[in-house]
Amino acid sequence: MATTTIQPVERENYLNKEYGVGSWLFTTDHKRIALLYLISITFFFFIGGFFALLIRLELLTPASDLVQPDTYNKLFTMHGMVMVFFFLIPSIPAVLGNFLVPMMIGAKDLAFPRINLLSWYLYIIGGVMMLHCMLTGGVDTGWTFYTPFSTAFSNTKVVEAGLAIFVAGFSSILTGLNFVVTIHRMRAPGMTWSRLPLFIWAHYATSIIQILGTPVIAITLVLVVAERTLHLGIFDPKLGGDPLLFQHLFWFYSHPAVYIMILPSMGVVTEIIACFARKRIFGYSFVAFSSIAIAVFGFLVWAHHMFVAGISIYAALVFSILSYAVAVPSAVKVFNWTATLYKGSIHYDAPMLYAFGFIGLFTMGGLTGLFLAALGIDVHVTDTYFVIAHFHYIMVGGALMGYLGGLHFWWPKISGRLYPEGWARLAALIVFLGFNLTFFPQFVLGYLGMPRRYADYSHMPEFQVLNVLSTAGATVLGVGYLLPMLYFLWSMRYGKPAPDNPWKAAGLEWMTSSPPTTFNFEQEPIVTWEAYNYDELDTGHKQEVKVVG
Amino acid sequence: MFDNFPLWPERASTAAGNVDALFIFLLIVSGLMTLLIFTALVYFAARYRHRRGVLAEQIEGSTPLELTWSVIPFFVFMAIFAWGAAVYFKGRTPPRDSTEVYVVAKQWMWKLEHAEGQREINELHVPVGRDVKLIMTSQDVIHSFFVPAFRMKQDVVPGRYTVAWFHATKAGTYHLFCAEYCGTQHSGMIGSIVVMEPSQFEAWMNGGTTGPLSVSGEKIFAELGCVTCHRGDAQGRGPNLQGIFGKPVQLENGRTVTADENYIRESILDPGAKIVSGFKPVMPTFQGLVSEEQLNALVAYVKSLSHSLATPTGTAAATAQDNSKAPGSAPGSQVQ
Repeated sequence: MATTTIQPVERENYLNKEYGVGSWLFTTDHKRIALLYLISITFFFFIGGFFALLIRLELLTPASDLVQPDTYNKLFTMHGMVMVFFFLIPSIPAVLGNFLVPMMIGAKDLAFPRINLLSWYLYIIGGVMMLHCMLTGGVDTGWTFYTPFSTAFSNTKVVEAGLAIFVAGFSSILTGLNFVVTIHRMRAPGMTWSRLPLFIWAHYATSIIQILGTPVIAITLVLVVAERTLHLGIFDPKLGGDPLLFQHLFWFYSHPAVYIMILPSMGVVTEIIACFARKRIFGYSFVAFSSIAIAVFGFLVWAHHMFVAGISIYAALVFSILSYAVAVPSAVKVFNWTATLYKGSIHYDAPMLYAFGFIGLFTMGGLTGLFLAALGIDVHVTDTYFVIAHFHYIMVGGALMGYLGGLHFWWPKISGRLYPEGWARLAALIVFLGFNLTFFPQFVLGYLGMPRRYADYSHMPEFQVLNVLSTAGATVLGVGYLLPMLYFLWSMRYGKPAPDNPWKAAGLEWMTSSPPTTFNFEQEPIVTWEAYNYDELDTGHKQEVKVVG
Repeated sequence: MFDNFPLWPERASTAAGNVDALFIFLLIVSGLMTLLIFTALVYFAARYRHRRGVLAEQIEGSTPLELTWSVIPFFVFMAIFAWGAAVYFKGRTPPRDSTEVYVVAKQWMWKLEHAEGQREINELHVPVGRDVKLIMTSQDVIHSFFVPAFRMKQDVVPGRYTVAWFHATKAGTYHLFCAEYCGTQHSGMIGSIVVMEPSQFEAWMNGGTTGPLSVSGEKIFAELGCVTCHRGDAQGRGPNLQGIFGKPVQLENGRTVTADENYIRESILDPGAKIVSGFKPVMPTFQGLVSEEQLNALVAYVKSLSHSLATPTGTAAATAQDNSKAPGSAPGSQVQ
């Protein structure tokens, strides 16, 4: 469906308005900042991916032969830190959110353009600190920084890593703050809350978590640094501290952080499904409020990471039941996406393939979450590969599939070029198959009892077959991730110029030119329609809307 | 190349069956849910693929449907929760008369000491068919005692005791893993649980010992001078410890605590934390003066003071071990 007119002369847009390094480094245009983020997080993604590849290669054989155990411990630590704090958390909000939130609500820019630029600089400062930490020896605490190992025993660069994440955290807070204010104050006339695209609702919910949760991890890391350098007794029992206090504080942020990763992805998938099924979203308000419910309940489940840590049985019961409560709105979303397909007119372009992949993998990730929330089962599978598989299904199978789907969907708008559709469909397929081959065997490994963070399993050769499968999958997955980077780069030069609305999609961002001009709209749009008015787009007039059931 | 290729872990404890049953139930439930969603996705994707001239039908949504697919999963989830909680509750509550084993974890080994005095490293011998309670602490960082064949795992935390228990059902040798990342040799902090038939276990037990743990504790109790204040009558400057274990203790600040392992541990290391009603805070701290092993022995001794009153044949006071054997005749990996 991607062919219409091609502009003979390139119009002025946000990309060609100014040239030169300065015009990028001092820009306050949300779209340019989005591209700065895109480049920086892609860089960190491939660093984190490289660590993952080394981890998988080490685990190909039971013995610790490719790298020393100390090196292996640093690899999984830095893989986690880079992927969580420098890729997944900024990914969709800082790239697609930055680019699209103002456009989708009909605004010229975010509410605080300079704070937006500041957030990118904070991210870069944090990122450079992290790189410095990695290049001067690295850190081996696991991304979870558990005390008292991190504060009193590890002799690696814990302070540097902690401070890097501390700084990068402020970038996340500022992005969230900017989104909340923008969504409240800068909607175009007629863009009521019930007409907002669900992408915006998802980002609104995400922003709440970023603003309320991130300061807690920041404070916690400061306390770790303080205990490590000044020997204040906070977490180390030898100094009169409590190691479980650290876990409570850490997970108070780090569980909601999973929703920072997955909610924006849900928003992306919602837009894609509506567009390629040519339909309004089934149960708009349920999908919108389920995002808010996830954000709120997400703050009340943190101790489900601690069922064997030594918390009381009664605390465990409360956190188990609340974890099931947060599963309900997630399930509601999956049902609504599925129902949206009913009586649609479905196209299978690459973004839709990613969206299908997202639903499948997120469903499996979510369902295995039910296993982990069941107290009796968690005792056996926590801290094993079962957990690793589960959260990769959510954070890679879910969040990353959504990110890639969104990148394909909005690439014509972002770059003004079309990506090669055939290659993109192939990549989506490779990613889906490679992902399952990598992570499905890990569920089995986990139930068999293979603990996570093991450099060496030579006393347990029975684990090897599944590890070989997983490593094979990881190489396939690696190819799947390299492909989009290559053809996106290719398309920037050789891709066909994109029309303004190649997918005939609903949404204000598609009513601008591709790429948009610096202030997005020639004149402020006035919104008189609901989101996902695909009937009007496809027929030119409003259809009768049915209510079933 | 590959020794074997199991897909299901061995089942060697009473808890294993409970966990597996719930796991299989969840496999069925989530399998059905996956099937439902995937079937719907594939069917809709094929049935409603784009055809020229056929338009999508716009549907607002449906509150009854939304409620259905919120409420039904909710009740299913609550059922899973209740079942999971029941399994957990059983797995977390050691039966009253369990055999006790003290575990001290350190980077990167497991030190285990039976109440009867046998010490082991990275290996634990237990009989089939007995409840075994582990009283665990760490000398340095957090570790986790994980036996997949028993479906049992408990973090071992410095500065406090955590407790786990199991009831082995099948003789054999099973993996013991450290499941909480603890530094360089984390993956080397492994060992085995050797489950033996009771008769073999008795023979193993009699193969050399330094005497029950509580007896070592009594010696330490005397050596450190504890006995001068904690006397067996009411005249001491410290509380009489006869029979206090497991009983409520009235504190100076009006609160009441139960005298469990953690309370005794704290009272030795940080005596000022909880002052017993009617006593002065005069006891010095023993932080840094006693090792984790000595602490365990002291705790075992204090416990034995209660057992000998209430149940003369209680576990910790199960004496009558053969003390005459010379150290060094111990089998296996026992440590003198």
